[in-house]
Amino acid sequence: MYQAIVFLPLIGFLIAGLFGRVLGPRPSEIVTTAFLFIAALLAWITFFRVGIGGADTRVQLMHWIYVGDLKIDWALRIDTMTSIMLIVVTSVSSLVHLYSIGYMHEDPSRQRFFAYLSLFTFAMLMLVTADNLVQLFFGWEGVGLASYLLIGFWYEKPSANAAAMKAFVVNRVGDFGFMLGIFAVFVMTGAVNFDTVFAQAPGLAGKTIPFLGHHWDAPTVIAVLLFIGAMGKSAQFLLHTWLPDAMEGPTPVSALIHAATMVTAGVFMVARMSPIFELSRSALDLITIVGATTAMFAATVALVQNDIKKVIAYSTCSQLGYMFVAMGSGAYSIGMFHLLTHAFFKALLFLGAGSVIHAMHHEQDMRHMGGLYKKIPFTYGAMMIGTLAITGFPFLAGYYSKDAIIEAAYASHSHFSVYAYWMTVLAAALTSFYSWRLVFLTFHGQPHDHHHYDHAHESPLVMTIPLAVLSVGAVFGGIAFYNLFVGHDVESFFRHSIFMASDNHILHAMHEVPGWAAYLPTGMMVAGFAVAYWFYVVDRTVPVALAKSQDALYQFLLNKWYFDEIYNFLFVRPALWIGRTLWKKGDGMLIDGLGPNGISARVLDVTGQVVRLQTGYLYHYAFVMLVGVAALITWFMFAGV
Amino acid sequence: MSDWPILSVVTFLPLVGALFIFVVRGEDEVAARNARWVALWTTLVTFVVSLLMLPGFDAAAPGFQFVEKKPWLGEIAAYHMGVDGISLPFVILTTFLMPFCILASWESIHKRVKEYMICFLVLETLMVGTFCALDLVLFYFFFEAALIPMFLIIGVWGGARRIYASFKFFLYTLLGSVLMMLAIIAMYWQAGTTDVPTLIQHGFPVQMQTWLWLAFFASFAVKMPMWPVHTWLPDAHVEAPTAGSVILAGILLKMGGYGFIRFSLPMFPEASHLFAPLVYTLSVVAIIYTSLVALVQEDIKKLIAYSSIAHMGFVTMGIFSMNEAGLQGAMFLMISHGFVSGALFLCVGVIYDRLHTREISAYGGLVKRMPLYATAMMIFTMANVGLPGTSGFVGEFLTMLAAFERNTWVAFFAATGVILSAAYALWLYWRVIFGPLEKESLAKMLDLSPREIAIMVPLVALTILFGFWPAPVLDMTSHAVNFVVARTETAASAAKTAALLLSH
Repeated sequence: MYQAIVFLPLIGFLIAGLFGRVLGPRPSEIVTTAFLFIAALLAWITFFRVGIGGADTRVQLMHWIYVGDLKIDWALRIDTMTSIMLIVVTSVSSLVHLYSIGYMHEDPSRQRFFAYLSLFTFAMLMLVTADNLVQLFFGWEGVGLASYLLIGFWYEKPSANAAAMKAFVVNRVGDFGFMLGIFAVFVMTGAVNFDTVFAQAPGLAGKTIPFLGHHWDAPTVIAVLLFIGAMGKSAQFLLHTWLPDAMEGPTPVSALIHAATMVTAGVFMVARMSPIFELSRSALDLITIVGATTAMFAATVALVQNDIKKVIAYSTCSQLGYMFVAMGSGAYSIGMFHLLTHAFFKALLFLGAGSVIHAMHHEQDMRHMGGLYKKIPFTYGAMMIGTLAITGFPFLAGYYSKDAIIEAAYASHSHFSVYAYWMTVLAAALTSFYSWRLVFLTFHGQPHDHHHYDHAHESPLVMTIPLAVLSVGAVFGGIAFYNLFVGHDVESFFRHSIFMASDNHILHAMHEVPGWAAYLPTGMMVAGFAVAYWFYVVDRTVPVALAKSQDALYQFLLNKWYFDEIYNFLFVRPALWIGRTLWKKGDGMLIDGLGPNGISARVLDVTGQVVRLQTGYLYHYAFVMLVGVAALITWFMFAGV
Repeated sequence: MSDWPILSVVTFLPLVGALFIFVVRGEDEVAARNARWVALWTTLVTFVVSLLMLPGFDAAAPGFQFVEKKPWLGEIAAYHMGVDGISLPFVILTTFLMPFCILASWESIHKRVKEYMICFLVLETLMVGTFCALDLVLFYFFFEAALIPMFLIIGVWGGARRIYASFKFFLYTLLGSVLMMLAIIAMYWQAGTTDVPTLIQHGFPVQMQTWLWLAFFASFAVKMPMWPVHTWLPDAHVEAPTAGSVILAGILLKMGGYGFIRFSLPMFPEASHLFAPLVYTLSVVAIIYTSLVALVQEDIKKLIAYSSIAHMGFVTMGIFSMNEAGLQGAMFLMISHGFVSGALFLCVGVIYDRLHTREISAYGGLVKRMPLYATAMMIFTMANVGLPGTSGFVGEFLTMLAAFERNTWVAFFAATGVILSAAYALWLYWRVIFGPLEKESLAKMLDLSPREIAIMVPLVALTILFGFWPAPVLDMTSHAVNFVVARTETAASAAKTAALLLSH
């Protein structure tokens, strides 16, 4: 059964990819989507059997790389962590497949699209079921490839190609750290499979590893290197720049890859590697800082973006920051909880946005929208639910998971717990503001583009059903799973799949935070809503005037803190300049100038006699070699006697 | 094991084919067609015969197999052939790639087809001979002679600047080979034999090892090519015809790595330890330097050539890590790079045949007209950037892991190659394959022909198969590699004890 979950999408990919052009678009869509729904059904069975029932298992597939002590298998590790990710990945993926049948119905290369979607799902499932770090890395790079292909799906757009390439390369920066982390794990524990590594992990405490000329604390080095990988994949501060650009891909892709699943791989990896992260307070502190900074930074940028997808992209970035704050606080199960609820409400928001874009004939600028609630009431309702969920409206999904993170940040013993708390609380206010701003700009007020507005229409059933299902998840996902992830059942639910050190009492401590600290996020949510309502419903001149009066700040935020410009200046242009210099000056002038060209310049003066030269060299060469062989033989003859 | 001299058959069968073509008279189209077919069948049969070695080959057996030994040049040098887990993969790689070369030249070579095919068949004999030779003089003969047909292929069937390229090729390799010849003479003088298995056990004096190592290094480093003696490669690639590039990148470069593993490491273990830091440095510089240079290339072939140099940096780094993972990784990377870079050059050849330019800026949006081609190219590009699940990953991963165990700085800098390779490879892909199809000249481009599909499919299959299941190669090389590792380790520990004794 577990093999079926993982390999059904692969088979779907192969069918749609190899035979898509023969089969035509419709059969490809049906096959891939049907396979995903079967996989999703099996995944839910697995969740109950393994997560709730406790039937952990390991499925050996085959050997991969066996070299000396290094033994890497293809194997599926099925435990609670895996089962959570399985339901997230297969549920969202199957709904996105279904949704895409409607969303992409005009695209001529739908087969390719569905093949890529299934390929992505397969890679993501390999990632979450990985039994060792290298297989995890396989999935990690596999989802990167699928993401690259899907971002660049509309390959004729230069911006899409640029975004695709940027995503891959920035991710590779993270992978650079990830790979070194894997090497460090292998050097310290002599293995890369999780069972052995985790068994050895307690022994790592206090050990040092020589790295870059120093002896460092081994768990810290490993954890930091692995976390660099997570920063790349989960678009954390400094390595986040690819995620907003990734919105060039079709919207279902954004929902599946760049909101619900792939970008959460970093969070998953940290939770999976908790036996090592738990050993390093410094590494956890670093995670806390980066997570809290990302949560705040991305939220500020989201405030002023005009592209509906960009707002949600930065929102995703910010929410991922929350998850890392949970990880850094040692509250791994809560981070996983937010991962789960976020998958539902963020996929809902993205697919809702897709429905809006679909209705508006691929218009994405919110300034051209407005008043749509009358035209597409169902989508409006879905977006409302998603917005309420993400802002933490009581009893919806985000209320449970996000507030739990904020409380955990407050209660944590991290050196940066105060920073993390206030950053996440403020970001909660900003989240509420930009989320409601999105709703008000899109659905309320007066329509700005009457041509599009008049033709706006509600999406077909294949698109609204996924919205409905995800809405259910966004409403009940929090309350249904609260006990398993935060409450009393954490221990029995997660068992050995996450590790919490004996002095890690975060799950108890967070219930003892003072009342004001626990209610502040809700207050912030109300405040954010109030300001958004004032700005975009009551009096729309206020935000315009504010942007004018604070122009520098506005431009700073609108241009995303100028990260792209800075990176371009710091890395891209120097790399090209150095490359060109090394090529022209290093290879061309220095090496060739001193070496062959110095001599060849003399010879090439006589290029008039091309043919003679050419054959001349050949003979020279053969001659020299013959002389060499002759000399050798002669020498042997005389010396050998 | 069978009694017939299978190695000699594999080695000299192509020569028989070449003779056939040679005796066919006439310069017309019929003769050219015959030459093509004879060459194709010869290479195919040679490949099949080389595969026959697999069932008889025992990877776990020590020493060499299928050994043939006949007197040659009196008592000095012998015709001594044999393979072990290190050379057999290269032999099969060579015989495997040859039919692709012939097929790739099917329509693109019009002038002097006979001579062209003869060159390739002779080249195959010499390359297989290089990997099978177990006598230094014999090895030297094959190793050096292999350059002549390659020289001809570039010089006669090459592009516009072929004279310059072949001259450069000649100058570099000559320098290295002269030094290696002197070293061989010195070794004979010291050990009294040129028999490789004997020399491996011989144990040269440490002082002498240093010089011998340097002399061999000069030759192999040029072949590899290592920075800073790499500049002949991009020019040679650019000017060579497609099949020439395939052989150059696929096989000829591997002779350097093979030489390091076969000769430098086991024969001069102390010197190898002594010079390992130098090799690390050059490898790391090569990886970063050539990757950056690859980033700004305007010629597709040159870009791939520079990326080859970067990959060979991983190979030398792995070899001189002198542990199992490093050597296994280097072997695997060489095999994988053999067909992946070969495939990339074949891909370039496909569009070069249609448009007769290698300028990146002349292309763009090819996926629209050539989806099959774009798919194949994507798979090879991904193998080139070392994506897990393709054969390119296994070798890169193992060599970096090995380097990390020796020196984290080396692994650290080498790992930046992972970022840079993604940058140059994907940028190339973007500019050639993606984007709008706007250029007039591209509007009539046809997708892969059946002949080209026949070329691509086996390579694609192999790239993915070895990515998921590298065991066939790893198992084959494992024991032979371990022997080399053991040899270097005893030398290292002996040196250590000597140092300890001295210090007390």
